[in-house]
Amino acid sequence: MSCQRWGHSNLFPMPTRTFAGVYASLAEIAEFVRFSIKDSTITATDQFSLETAVDEAVSNIIEHAYQGENKGTIRSQVNIGKESIKIILEDHGKPFDPSCIPVPSLHGKLKNRQNHGLGYYMMCQLVDDVTFDFNDKRNRLTLVKKFKKSV
Amino acid sequence: MEISSSQFKHCDVVTITGRLDSFTAPKLSDELGKINDQNRFKIILDFTNLDFISSAGLRVLIAGLKNCKRYNRGELVVAGLSPSIRSVFELAGFHRIFKIFPDVLSAVGSF
Repeated sequence: MSCQRWGHSNLFPMPTRTFAGVYASLAEIAEFVRFSIKDSTITATDQFSLETAVDEAVSNIIEHAYQGENKGTIRSQVNIGKESIKIILEDHGKPFDPSCIPVPSLHGKLKNRQNHGLGYYMMCQLVDDVTFDFNDKRNRLTLVKKFKKSV
Repeated sequence: MEISSSQFKHCDVVTITGRLDSFTAPKLSDELGKINDQNRFKIILDFTNLDFISSAGLRVLIAGLKNCKRYNRGELVVAGLSPSIRSVFELAGFHRIFKIFPDVLSAVGSF
């Protein structure tokens, strides 16, 4: 693969690591993402947004795809391109249908606010693109965060 | 995540350090439950050293707020939010339902 395609020197292959499908992995995955993108041009604010989106995605995989902890693994890959960072998460759990998730009310009174439903909403708001891809063998979730254009 | 509580005359202060995510959120829920079990419902969450909060953490906060405000017996307020944590609050619309104070001192003064 041409390193030029990803907009960086040859120091950037595509870091990949597999984590246990447990909530204790969340901090490790955050550290893996942080380390993998440390030399990119992403801003601190966008890095926080990306880390939050990854956390929500992994939590959803454990809760909805695996329907609990210790049911499988989560393969994480970080691709740094010229204009964006792409995080690919793969699992072998139950396919996740995002169309089933209602949009949470963000303006209602406290008594009407639901305790659930925020995670998927936040994930979609914090990155520029979210793609789900399912086949017989695995589920793949791709998160894309574009770099801010310098003025 | 590290969590510690201090009891004052009019309120309790719960200090959270580190990450509040799906792994650590149950610990905060347990801590709030212990305080409520003592019939204490005026609680300040000190987020000065909170690095990260996910929707799992937010779920604990909204459940805690509902519990404290029930029967007008108290309030759950937050203090010391970093710009990053504040942005998550705004994204989730929590800035409309939580009282937010710049620091613990001003939050204690509100009770």
